[in-house]
Amino acid sequence: MSAAAAFPVPGDESLFSGRGWTALVAFVIAVTVVVPVLFLAVPETSPLHLSAYAVTLAGKILCYCCVAVAMNLIWGYTGILSLGHGLFFALGGYAFGMYLMRMIGREGQYQSDLPDFMVFLDWKAYPWYWSFTDHFWYAAALVVIAPAVLAFVFGFFAFRSRIRGVYFSIITQALTFAFMLLFFRNDTGFGGNNGFTDFKRILGYRISDPATRAALFAATGLFLAGCLVLTRALVRSRTGRILTAIRDSEGRLMFSGYNPLWYKLFVWTLSAVLCGIAGALYLPQVGIINPSEMSPANSIEIAIWVAVGGRGTLLGPLVGAGLVNGAKSFFTQTFPEYWLFFLGALFIAVTLFLPRGVVGWFVARRAAPGAQGPEAGKVTA
Amino acid sequence: MSPAGDDFKGGATTGLSHVARPGVDTSHGPILYLEDITVSFDGFRALNALTLTVQTGELRCIIGPNGAGKTTMMDVITGKTRPDSGTVFFGQTIDLTRLTEPQIAHAGIGRKFQKPTVFENHTVVENLELAMKADKRVRASLRARLSPAELTCIGEVLDLIGLGAEGGRVAGTLSHGQKQWLEIGMLLMQEPRLLLLDEPAAGMTDHETARTAELFKALAGEHTLIVVEHDMDFIASIAATVTVLHEGAVLAEGPLDAVKANERVIEVYLGR
Repeated sequence: MSAAAAFPVPGDESLFSGRGWTALVAFVIAVTVVVPVLFLAVPETSPLHLSAYAVTLAGKILCYCCVAVAMNLIWGYTGILSLGHGLFFALGGYAFGMYLMRMIGREGQYQSDLPDFMVFLDWKAYPWYWSFTDHFWYAAALVVIAPAVLAFVFGFFAFRSRIRGVYFSIITQALTFAFMLLFFRNDTGFGGNNGFTDFKRILGYRISDPATRAALFAATGLFLAGCLVLTRALVRSRTGRILTAIRDSEGRLMFSGYNPLWYKLFVWTLSAVLCGIAGALYLPQVGIINPSEMSPANSIEIAIWVAVGGRGTLLGPLVGAGLVNGAKSFFTQTFPEYWLFFLGALFIAVTLFLPRGVVGWFVARRAAPGAQGPEAGKVTA
Repeated sequence: MSPAGDDFKGGATTGLSHVARPGVDTSHGPILYLEDITVSFDGFRALNALTLTVQTGELRCIIGPNGAGKTTMMDVITGKTRPDSGTVFFGQTIDLTRLTEPQIAHAGIGRKFQKPTVFENHTVVENLELAMKADKRVRASLRARLSPAELTCIGEVLDLIGLGAEGGRVAGTLSHGQKQWLEIGMLLMQEPRLLLLDEPAAGMTDHETARTAELFKALAGEHTLIVVEHDMDFIASIAATVTVLHEGAVLAEGPLDAVKANERVIEVYLGR
């Protein structure tokens, strides 16, 4: 079909290059086989053994990578800066958290069927919105539905009113702040400032069991791989080109007959759902969720990961989330008081010297010698 | 869910018994009626009871000093600005003041901006693909692939706008004149009945300007063109009917020579 065309046909390129597929398969094998073996089967005395701490930390960072990939869809490719993505992450975590709370059973402090915080408040039954959360699949569905509904409704009104740019960013900050206050309250049924913690079991398996940890880690890695394939497929489709066109020239797109509202809503809701699932995977590995996950600073940090790694590149978000969180673990252990200064300095340095982020810089450098090539200047490579 | 994909049926709102045909109904001759259009921004009247009729297939040039309301008029026609009062009809039946920008584009009006506006990070072909007349809803675009017929169409437009060898180039790297051409090509991909072109020859070489004039003359007839220009030589070369706007209203209208000889036009342009 494309053989006759004298130009590269849009959407005709393959999903991944040969090297891309190799890297993806290698990553999947690493998270599903190599890490579990090094963690479970290699004896602790061996230098190759991975500690539970290392696996948990890596799993946590993989969750952050998923969030960064979701953020990149809306900010990097569509040009809409959300400073409230921590909210969707936390909503996914809370939705799944109630399932984990109910799986504690009577092993809590008060040996009640109700979670400790409800006993403490002298509640006799679960509030209606937590109905059926003792069923795994219902809770899993809620992980998707809760962020999706909130994102869709909020996005519909914001995008329909043509709220753009910094105004949209500020409103998303206000949104996540408002939800943080709501979740902090004891009487809203979300565990107040302690949130949900002290989980015992997931699907009947003990959470503290190394095999469960390895399985959760592998699931997170697979989800991240899925997010990358999804991003690539979306970017390669005409929808992806339309999203980038919204970023670059929304007016031109409208006069070409597109209604940006539905495209923005689609990618915004998709991004929120991916964040929610990442939050649900994060929770059992880290073992606690509380309203501080919704603090405005957390959401800003997500944007920094993507900016550092490279907006609008496939791997930029992973690099950014990995680098910043790696640095965070290092700093908070060795110089805890300097972490925020470092983060601020990093953000300024990247904005000044690497406006396209680390990966964007590499892409531009590689394209530079043959600047006349078809890919030159293409941010979406 | 999106209203952007709705069909516009000629005759649907007239209640007359003739058979409704899809698209714009130009059975009475004119394709565009502007009547008594007034637009004010903070007390400044950008358009002041502007009345203008354009016949189907016409090539109309609009001239006027800065601030005469040329761009505001285009904004009103394409739905970017809502008039404070007055009516805008596309053909006999389509009330443009009730439609959004994408709906107006679907109804058959294409617009080229004063500053060439293309998707800078997309290739030339991708720009044409996005502009192409198609189902522009999310679900359709997720699976959309260019058909052989569509590829042929893109190839033809590429040759027409002189970018036949540049299909794979990123639009941001094109010259100013080439971007103007690309934007005109994008309009053609939309298959509009009415094209609004804001200073299409600005920044073009003499050779490019001459080719643009040839293209416009070829398009007129099947399409209707409204061209805003300052370049009198360009206007003379496309030999169009000229409308002079001044302070948001029509000052004079007619063939270029007659307009040029008009006392009031000379006064406005020379600032006496």
